[in-house]
Amino acid sequence: MLRSGQSGFKFLSQPHRNHAKHVPLSNEEHKLMLSAFWSKVLSTLALAILGLSLAACGTRERDSDVAAAEGILLLGNGAEPKSLDPHLITGVPESTIVRALLEGLIASHPTDDTLPAPGMAESWQANENSTVWTFKLRENAKWSNGDPVVASDFVYSWQRILSPVQGSEYASMLYVIENAEAFHLGQTKDFSQVGVKALDDKTLEVRLTGATSHFLLMLKHQSYAPVNPRVVEEFGGMTDRQSGWSTLENYVGNGPFRLKVWATNELVEVDRNPDYWDAANVKLNGIRFLPIENVNTEFTAFQGGRLHITSTVPPDRIPSLQEANTGELMIEPYMGSYFFRINVTRKPFDDVRVRRALTMAVDRQLIVDRVTKGGQEAATGFVPSGSAGYAVSKAVQFDPEGARALLADAGYPGGKGFPKAEILINTSESHRKIAEAIQAMWRDELGIEVGIYNQEWKVYLDSQSTLNYDISRAGWIADYVHPMTFLEIFTSGNGNNDTGWANPAYDALIRQAQGAASEEARLATLQQAEAILMDDMPVLPIYWYTRVYMKDPRVEGWNPKLLDNRPFKTISLSAS
Amino acid sequence: MLKYIAARFGQGVLVLLAIYALTFMLVALTPGSPFSSERAIRPEILAQIEAFYGYDKPPLERFWTSLTNALQGEFGPSAVYANRSVTDIILEAFPVSLSLGAISLLVALVIGIPAGILAAVKRNTWLDYLPMSASMIGICLPTFVLGPILVLIFGIILQLLPVSGWSGPEFMVLPAATLGLFYAAYFARLTRGGMLEMLNQDFVRTARAKGVPERTIIWKHCLKGGLIPAITFLGPALAGIISGSFVVETIFQIPGLGQWFVKGALNRDDFLILGLTVLFAALIVIMNLLVDIVQVALNPRLKYDR
Repeated sequence: MLRSGQSGFKFLSQPHRNHAKHVPLSNEEHKLMLSAFWSKVLSTLALAILGLSLAACGTRERDSDVAAAEGILLLGNGAEPKSLDPHLITGVPESTIVRALLEGLIASHPTDDTLPAPGMAESWQANENSTVWTFKLRENAKWSNGDPVVASDFVYSWQRILSPVQGSEYASMLYVIENAEAFHLGQTKDFSQVGVKALDDKTLEVRLTGATSHFLLMLKHQSYAPVNPRVVEEFGGMTDRQSGWSTLENYVGNGPFRLKVWATNELVEVDRNPDYWDAANVKLNGIRFLPIENVNTEFTAFQGGRLHITSTVPPDRIPSLQEANTGELMIEPYMGSYFFRINVTRKPFDDVRVRRALTMAVDRQLIVDRVTKGGQEAATGFVPSGSAGYAVSKAVQFDPEGARALLADAGYPGGKGFPKAEILINTSESHRKIAEAIQAMWRDELGIEVGIYNQEWKVYLDSQSTLNYDISRAGWIADYVHPMTFLEIFTSGNGNNDTGWANPAYDALIRQAQGAASEEARLATLQQAEAILMDDMPVLPIYWYTRVYMKDPRVEGWNPKLLDNRPFKTISLSAS
Repeated sequence: MLKYIAARFGQGVLVLLAIYALTFMLVALTPGSPFSSERAIRPEILAQIEAFYGYDKPPLERFWTSLTNALQGEFGPSAVYANRSVTDIILEAFPVSLSLGAISLLVALVIGIPAGILAAVKRNTWLDYLPMSASMIGICLPTFVLGPILVLIFGIILQLLPVSGWSGPEFMVLPAATLGLFYAAYFARLTRGGMLEMLNQDFVRTARAKGVPERTIIWKHCLKGGLIPAITFLGPALAGIISGSFVVETIFQIPGLGQWFVKGALNRDDFLILGLTVLFAALIVIMNLLVDIVQVALNPRLKYDR
């Protein structure tokens, strides 16, 4: 009161001073305006602060505690699913959700990826050479709309994914079935030629192109999952890519959970499916999949109690988390191979000595210890460890002396005269770090200079498939636990080869393995094939993947899996 | 005035058409396709997919189809997200960005404008230096730094507010503060500049000579003109702030429009890129038109000439 009175008084006595040009306001004037403004500004601010504190009264209850009490798992799922149609999807975020909603003949095993677990099929048998398989579907197998799951549903579903018009990217997973490839490529229009037949409502017979004892493992893949023909027909028909059957309103599944919420970029929620054949053994009441793309946001979400499991961990956090040792950081082998493709159609990479020298000059142990830091295994061959009965190749070793000798032999002693070459990576900080490490190793050990350039994902894919690169960063993750999933991509002209490399002896061995009479013979043949691949070195193996993620200790039954494909029904949450 | 608005509106339509054509061309020329995949697709199969989305037609025909569809408000399907149309995506995400943007803008104006006025009036004192240094920091400190700092303090250490997500009013506080403070800094500086210019005008001196109370001078005579720079900035700011901020949406996992811009571009989702670009361009055109009208109303020096 006193202050405003005073300044009011002073104000009356000041007009003459303002005649001077460009005189800033006096202190008295400031004080005056201060009082006028402060009241308004302060009251506005006070309101804002009040609102803020109201919204935030007291410490929040953590989502993860509430959900754990309700038996709901909160899962970081990496990205918004592009679709939940098993015959369209290609990515991990999609297949993770689909695994909760749909179940194939064979389900994912809770602990061991090399074993089949019963799914829609309660029993199965193969003929002597594993070319004809008969599956007995369980009587109580039902769709979530009450329809029974019958053998013809699988025939319909496999016809759907193999239809050329459907344009499924994973259709080639089914090529092991007799005539499936011919049908998919439009060489035959008659699906009855394809080796899948419903003998009766509950019996399905599958004929394969060759003896395939790992067929059961392939059946776990979502490309073999069934869809409900009645529902698919209702919402656009078998081959409609934009069919509405797989939306929130219309989704019908046969898995342990049902689709409950699908809020774009926010959340996908599933709840327990009472019609599931094994519903009594499903432990969780539901799962919320959060599509958090940014690794730091996801990590903060875990710290802030919004998640029980993350999809990954920011690499720079790993060392401090390991030191803290809270038991939340998980590092597990993941069946994938990180490597460089080498374009063998370009000089000087058409010379096998150059390719070998480049490979031998890379200290992989140093890369996994100092650069990636996620417990990855330094690759000694292309096929990662993990397949039962398959001994990993030891062909790739760090040998700088040998590398220098080979390079000199190829005409580039001490790296002299080595043409300018570049490593292509898709835009990512971690890929760049690895490429830089290798760039330095080649400079130090071999005296050669290579550049690094990055391209956006889609552009990078195009450059790779049109062989428009020298050396290109790549990764390959197993679709099923078997060396075949890694080795078949390097046959001549295979769409995923992308190196220009072709070797008839290699192609013959892969074909021989596909038709092998026994699993032992197949693995032995594949071993020979990998030896050729590592001899010719169109690829430069770097490391074998691990999955690094955060896990709330309350999550139980969450076992390490080589393919990261846990069946959700065996997972549970403990109270504390 | 109506003539002026009609002329400006006509210009806006032309600008939008030009932007549509240019975007279509750029998208068509960019290497890569929405259907490139890590798993090779047989050419026979790829042709089927491309035919489904009309990519088998020559570019000019595609442009014409897409333009005529767009004029009817139909931007086509997303080429990457199955059974979602671009219109669906926009209708779902735009309201989220709109509400986040509105609150952020409110934060920006409530903090920025008074701070700017205060700084101008108390020029060269600590009441000027303090908010102006703060606003300099605000402009220089990117949202991807400010956001995580706020999250760390209020979400993780104090555990007062959710760290991310979008399921209630309390989820809006941190993102709105992050986005709002950034714009507040701009508004503060613009307002200060505008107010200073007004306070140095001759008529202000005359008014003071005549003994008009200082609060009347500020509130009645200077404020209107002093806000003009801020209002000019309001147009693009409004368009930008309500069409979503990729960074803030990413930090706080907000299902708004901003991340679709980036997803569209990374996925080479051509229809989505076109739809979003046109939406953003239309917003800017409309906001600028509105701002121009308001400016003329506020500023006697401007007239509806053309």
